[in-house]
Parts: sequence; structure tokens; C-alpha cells
Amino acid sequence: MSRTQKNSLLFLIMLAMVAGVGIVQSWNVALTIFNLCLISAIMSLGVNIQWGYAGLFNAGVMGFAALGGLAAIIISSSPVAATWEAGGMRAILGLLAGLFAIVIGIFTWKKTVTLEKKRYWPTMVVAVVGYALMRLIIDPAISTIEAIEPAKTGYLGGFNQPILLSWLVGGIFAAAAAWVVGKIALGLRSDYLAIATLGISEIIIYFLKNEDWLTRGVKNVTGLPRPVPYEIALQQTAWLQSWTDNFGLSIIEASSILVKLSYAGLFATVLVIILWLSETALRSPWGRMMRAIRDNEVAASAMGKNITWRHLQVFVLGSAVIGMAGAMLTTLDGQFTPSSYQPLRFTFLIWVMVIVGGSGNNFGAVLGGFVIWFFWIEAEPIGLQLMDLITSGMDESSPLRAHLLENAAHMRLMTMGLILLLVLRFAPRGLIPEKKR
Amino acid sequence: MTDILNTLALIGNFIIVPGLAYGSQLALGALGITMVYGILRFSNFAHGETMSFGAMATILITWALQAQGVSFGVLPTALLALPFGILITIALCLFTDRLVYRYYRSQRAEPVTYLIVSVGVMFFLGGLIRFIIGPNDQIFSDGTRFIMKVQAFKEMTGLSEGLAIKTSQGVTIITAIVIVTLLFWFLNRTRTGKSMRAYSDNEDLALLSGINPERVVMIAWIITGTLAAVAGTLYGLDKSYKPFIFLQLLLPMFASAIVGGVGNPLGAIAGGFVIAFSELIVTFAYKKVLAYLLPLSMAPEGLMQLLSTDYKFAVSFLILVIVLLVKPTGIFSGKTL
Amino acid sequence: MSYLLGESMTGGYGGADILHSCTIGVEKGQIAVVVGPNGAGKSTAMKAIFGMLSLREGRVLMDGEDISTLKPQDRVIKGMGFVPQNSNVFTSMTVEENLEMGAFIRRDDFSDTMAQVFDLFPILKEKRSQTAGELSGGQRQQVAVGRALMTQPKVLMLDEPTAGVSPIVMDELFGRIIEVAQTGIAILMVEQNAKHALNIAHKGYVLVQGSNRYTDTGEALIANPDVRKSFLGG
Repeated sequence: MSRTQKNSLLFLIMLAMVAGVGIVQSWNVALTIFNLCLISAIMSLGVNIQWGYAGLFNAGVMGFAALGGLAAIIISSSPVAATWEAGGMRAILGLLAGLFAIVIGIFTWKKTVTLEKKRYWPTMVVAVVGYALMRLIIDPAISTIEAIEPAKTGYLGGFNQPILLSWLVGGIFAAAAAWVVGKIALGLRSDYLAIATLGISEIIIYFLKNEDWLTRGVKNVTGLPRPVPYEIALQQTAWLQSWTDNFGLSIIEASSILVKLSYAGLFATVLVIILWLSETALRSPWGRMMRAIRDNEVAASAMGKNITWRHLQVFVLGSAVIGMAGAMLTTLDGQFTPSSYQPLRFTFLIWVMVIVGGSGNNFGAVLGGFVIWFFWIEAEPIGLQLMDLITSGMDESSPLRAHLLENAAHMRLMTMGLILLLVLRFAPRGLIPEKKR
Repeated sequence: MTDILNTLALIGNFIIVPGLAYGSQLALGALGITMVYGILRFSNFAHGETMSFGAMATILITWALQAQGVSFGVLPTALLALPFGILITIALCLFTDRLVYRYYRSQRAEPVTYLIVSVGVMFFLGGLIRFIIGPNDQIFSDGTRFIMKVQAFKEMTGLSEGLAIKTSQGVTIITAIVIVTLLFWFLNRTRTGKSMRAYSDNEDLALLSGINPERVVMIAWIITGTLAAVAGTLYGLDKSYKPFIFLQLLLPMFASAIVGGVGNPLGAIAGGFVIAFSELIVTFAYKKVLAYLLPLSMAPEGLMQLLSTDYKFAVSFLILVIVLLVKPTGIFSGKTL
Repeated sequence: MSYLLGESMTGGYGGADILHSCTIGVEKGQIAVVVGPNGAGKSTAMKAIFGMLSLREGRVLMDGEDISTLKPQDRVIKGMGFVPQNSNVFTSMTVEENLEMGAFIRRDDFSDTMAQVFDLFPILKEKRSQTAGELSGGQRQQVAVGRALMTQPKVLMLDEPTAGVSPIVMDELFGRIIEVAQTGIAILMVEQNAKHALNIAHKGYVLVQGSNRYTDTGEALIANPDVRKSFLGG
């Protein structure tokens, strides 16, 4: 069996498993899983670009994905006129002041090289003054905005643009954040990047949870517009009514499946485009160079390649892909809930996908995204059933049995850890190993 | 004069006492990270969960002791359970090393491979802990809650500001001092301790000198397990035990280790206090302090907080970034044990 | 037969052979010096004798006993001391701790040996509680040699002990090495400063491309016009 055949078979098995859920549970459930599989695959492609192409460990996937979610709010939700009037301009001005302070700070830092050790002081003064200025401008604006109908709005809202646009903007947001982190942590020891990204992702989440004027914080932004029709609207169309009548299907289920299929179409399109772009990039001279750097940094730098700069490129690109996936996820949910971002689910699970799929191979990353998401979801019912079976011999009222059943859901964390460790140990190249070129 | 004393009491109550306790907890955590880094040469992402596991073990034994009617008088029963918690955590560390990390040592794996492996261990431990004790808060402190109560302090000094010292804070600081003293005595005074420093400093030369690497690694895990169990338990006593918090603690702990110079135990301790005090100083509301120190007419209206408390983790990140930019080797020029 | 003998050693680091039937030996109380151009396999020969690379052919004998299969650590126990060329001290530890670590395999009281080392290198006694990283290059080399002497070795192997130190310090180091040899220890060293080293050598080996080119007493090699012309710069 050739490689291609084997890999196609793996994908077919995967699709068959999703179809199996469709038959056993319901097609609605199967499509929900499938859509999230697609998004996970895109995220894991992003991580694979960083890890597989360049060996960079990004422990901040969660933060970049959440920035994508922020983009979805800012682009698509409707502007809140009252809050804009009350303090919108002032808030923007405050942000600009902050930005200006950063620019001046960097400028001061660069222009005071001659002061040597003493150059920390002017830069620090600029930073402190700039921060104070920003707070003076923005604080009153924030409290005004947040005071306006906090139960309904209390935030600025967005630009009322099509939410599809936010997928692009989400990528840009994530890329910008990645650029800053990369500038700081790349070029230092490899695990500093991991720690720095772990940090920035936590901070992004805290920011999104607490800056209510921008994101409504833990009050969540709900009811984001959709790129696809609503179920209710579909149910009223004549063609769906006649179609479901003809086949004797429930119109409610049919409309919901149709909506999910439209999402799946959109996501699959993005996935295919990104996959095609990454494969092309990997085969290009640029991709060859990246792999050369990954495999032997010393030799590559001896040949005059600026490694830190190349790493920065890859890091920003990969993060942009993650940001896009994050925006897509928020689009699918139709709401932005900052508290739902957990590092185990959003950062480390994606890592399991990449490693299990096969680091360095884009198709592997996609397959990993599918397989791991599928088991992440299905591990819960399976685990519960398993636990039920194990404890079936116990007394109905046994507290141990109750405890085991109650906590069976956490088995999936253990399972993921175990899968990761086993793959690393016994099949470190993953399901679809990187091709030797 | 009273104003100044009141200010001092205020700062003592909200910055110094909690800072010393939190700093001790971070320092113990960072010491564990530094120990693994110095000897096994990787950043251990599972360290937070190891602490969590140690705290959980201690909690379970505390409950068992409490159920037997055992108590430690004014001190928390958890202190009696702690030695058992330490032993269980050491067993976990040695077991993990035997089952997981040892293989990569024999392969001479890259540090980043270890890092990913430690992520796998983190996942597994996180699941195991939630499976055993559940994802919710557990409160397990007993004994007297305060060494010094606000009211008592006010009556004693006649000041309008109070200074409270929780038992857990006192216990934390004293335990940390004991543990750190023992650790430094071990590293600097005993033959085995010195051999560990030698191994961390120059692995090849240590091998040439006949130092057994597997033994060094084993002792490193024993120390790491001890530090993790103590740090996790003290944090849990002080703030209540929540399984998810330990993943968030990774950032300030790594920041502490790097700020001090990763691999350097002295640096880890200094880093822990730098991070703890910075967090508290930056997120403290200075309104009352200014009200005492400034004339009445100039008293501020706002909270006068540099950064909202929600952003306390951002402080450790900021310090981390500054250190990475200015002196990546840390205050004590790391990579020694 | 020599006290320590690497006999027709052939081998390398896994790839192509670096050593080709190379033979090097040294007697108790004597100094043997290995010289040769860059890439001649001098350090490799040293490592082969110490067991840091496995030989394809040939063997290593010490006091008549075949030790070819022993690990470096076990050769230390047998009485070999090795001073690597680079990072040969524990920079973050004090001079005294460095010496203690040198004696790590000894379970008996080694204070006499330490006193002897301090007698031999008085500067180390003076700086015993400074960290080795703070010392000068020449002093570090003394720490390195002292560390290796702590096991009371019968053979001391030095890989370029004078690399990167000034000529004055070099003379001093050579003086110390002669003193060490006079205590009855066999000394085998690789040297870049061929002329200087051969001057103090009882026996000299000139290696080229991993094989013996000339083997003679130090004096004879210096006197040999061919050796002078090709290897000692005239």
C-alpha cells in the first residue's frame, strides 16, 4: 500500500467514524463534531506551521484564538450609539495615547544607545508617563461606557460588518500579538518562547474578561450575526418545506442540518485554502530553507540565514492561522464567552493534535485535528459507559460509585495525556509522518 | 506621626505580610522548577500539577486524620499530613521519571522534546487530580485562623488601621524558611549535594569524576517532589485549593525562576519575592495611603491603583519580559545549582 | 612494556576512522608528549586511551592488564586521571569544592591528598574558597590538574594543558607538571606548543593523520632535522 493510499484510508476511517456518530447518535451531533473538527484542524495547521516547519513551541494557542474571537465582536456586532457618544472617542484617544507612548518609548530606547546602562531610565520615564497619560484619558471613558445599560450593552459594540471579514481581521490581530511576543522571546533559549507565549495567552484572556467596555467581559457578547441563514428563516422557505414533505423528514432537524452543512462548507473551504497555501509554501525554496534551519540552526546561520527573523515570520504566520480559526469558532458559536477559554482545551489539546497527527506534515496536522477532537468529544460518553460498566458490580448507593461516575468526565484529560505520551514514546513521528524530501 | 504609623500598618497588612507568604510559596515552586532545569535540563510544564498533586495528597490525608479525630491544636492538621503528602509526591515523581522521562534521557532528547513530554504528564496529572478530588474548591485549613487579628492589633497599638496575620501566612513563612535552609545546607555542605551542583555545572566533568547521573537525577526528583508538595499545600492552606489554579501559577513560577536566573536556587528565591511583591505593589489601591500622607484637600477620589487586581498575572509577565529584554540570564546569572 | 600503553589503536567517532594503528605509551614517573599538526588525532588518541571512544582494533593496557572494555569512570577507579581541554573545572564551585569533587569516588579521608595538591599549587590554597570561574586561565588549569590528582592517579592525562595561557604561565605549568611526574606519576599529554613540551618530555610521539610518524625521546625529536622542519617550525 502506497503512502497516499494509506493516508487516504486514514482519512476515510475518520470520516466513517463521524458518519457512525451520525447513524448511532444523530446527524446533528455528527455535524457539530465535524464542524469543530474542521476548526481544530485549522488551529492545528497553524501550530504545525510553527512547530513542524520551524520547531517553535507556542504555548499560547488559546490567546491567539481568543484574539480571533475579539475580532469577530469588533467587526460584526452593531455599534452601540449611546456608549459611542458617551465615551467612544475618548476611549479611542486613550488607546492612541498608549500606542503613542509605546512608539516614543521604543524610539527613546533606540536613540539612547550611547547612554549604555543609563538608558533604562529615560525609557522607563517615558513608559511611566505614557501609562499615566493613557489611564488619565481612558479611565473616565471606560467607567462611562460601562455604566450605560450594563445589563444589555455597556460596551462600544462593533462595526456591523459581515462576520466573514472578522476571520481575516482575527488573523491580523493574532499576527500582531505574535509579532510582539516573537520580538521578545525568539532568539533566546527555545523554552523561553513557550513560557512567554503561555504568559501572553493568559494575559489576553484576562484582558478580554475584564475590559467590559470592549468585550462585555464575563457578561459575554451574544447574538453575533451569522454568515449563513437562520433555521427559522429556512423553515419558512417553500423549497425546504416541499423538500422535507417529499422525503418525510422533520423540517426542524432538516433546517438545523442544513445550517451546519453551510458552516461546514465555509470552514472546509478555508481549510482547503490554508492547506494548499501551506503545502505550496513548504515545497517552495522558502519552505526548504525553513526546514534546513529547523534541522541545523548552526549550519543555516553559518550560511548567512538570519534565523531569528525567519522564526519570527513563521511564528507570525502560524499565529495568524490560529487567530483565523479562533474567529471562525466564535462565528460558529454565535457568541463570545471569554471564560470558556481554558489552556488545556485551547492550547495543549491542539498540541496533542499536532503531535498525534504527525509534526511537520500538514495532512497529519489536519488528521490529528479530526481524530483528537472526535475523541475529546466522544471520550465523555465512552468514559461514562466504561465507568458504568466498571462500577456495575458495586452497590447502587455506594459513595465510591457515585464519585467515580461523577468524575468520569475528567478521564478524558488523562486519556489525552496518555495518548500524547504514548505517541511521543512509540510513534514520535505521528500518524502521517513528515515526508523525507 | 500617627498617620505615618497608620500607613505602615496599612502597607504591612496589605503588602508585606501577604507578600512574604505569597513570595515564599512562589519561591518554593520556582525552586522545584529550577531543580528540574538544573539537573534534567528542561522546563517542566508539569510542575504546577505536581504541586497540585502534592496538595491533594496532603488534603486527603488531612481528611483521614480529621476523621480519626486527630488535630494539631492551633496549627492546621495539614501540617501533620504534609510529610505523608511529601512521600506520596516523591513516589509520583520517581514513578514518572522511571516510566516517562528516563527513556528520553537515554535518547539524549532535545530540551523541547522533554517540554512536550512534560505537557503530556501535565495533562495526565491534571485529569488524575480532577478524577480523584473533583474540580471544585476544597478548604482544609483548621486550627486557629489568625495569629494576629485586626481588632487585637488596633487595641494594642491604638491605631485606626489594623494588621492581621493569618496562621496560614505564619506557617507558610516558617515552613519555607525551614525547607530552604535544609535545601541549602544539603546543596552546600553534603557530599551528595555538592555532587548535584557539580552535575548541574558541568555534566561531562561530573561523569569523569565518577558521579552517578542516575543517582543525581533520583535525588533531584526527591527534592522536586518535596518542594512541590510543600509549595502546593502551603498555597492551598493560604488561599484554598482549586485544581485549575496550578496551571495559572506556572507563569509566575517560571517568571520567578527566570528572573532570578534559571537553575540558580538563590535566584529562584529572590525571583519569587520580586514577583510576589511586584504583584502586590502594582495592584494595591493607594487611596488610603495617600489620604493619610497628603493634606485633606488633596486626598484622591479614585482607588489610585496602578493596575486592576485582575491583572496581577500580567505583572509577572511584564517583569519576565523586562528581564528577557534586559538580562536574559536573570539577576543571579542562572544555570548553576 | 610501558606502564600505560595504547597499542595499535584504530577507531573513530562512528564515521570514518580517525586513528590508524596508533601506539602511545608512558612509563611511571615519566612524561610522554603527543604532538602533531591540527587534525592529526592527538586528542582522539587521548580519548581512546581514556575510553571515551570505542576502538575497532587494538587495546589499552595498564600495568599489563587489558582495560580496553572499561568505561571511563572505571578507568578512573583503576588509577587514571584525565584533564579535558575545555570546561575542565566546575566554574560555579569553589576551588576546594572542585578538589572534593575530584575525590568523589574516594570513600576514605582525602585531606592528605588535598594538602599535597595545595603544596604543589600554593595559589590554590590561597584561593580555596573562591569560585573557580573567578580565577585566571592559568589558575583554572591548576585547579583542573589538582582535581584530577585528587584520586591519587597512577597516570595523569592532560589534553593541551597550556591552551590559551601566556608563555610565562605556560612555563610555570610545565614546571608543576614535572614536579607531579617526580612524585612517580606517569604523565601523558597532548600539546600544541610542541617545542616547549618536547623539552620536558622523556618520550615524544609525532602523530600525522592518526598514525605514528616519529617516536623517540624528547631530546632526540628536537634534534631530528626532519621533525624540526615539519613540526617545530624550523
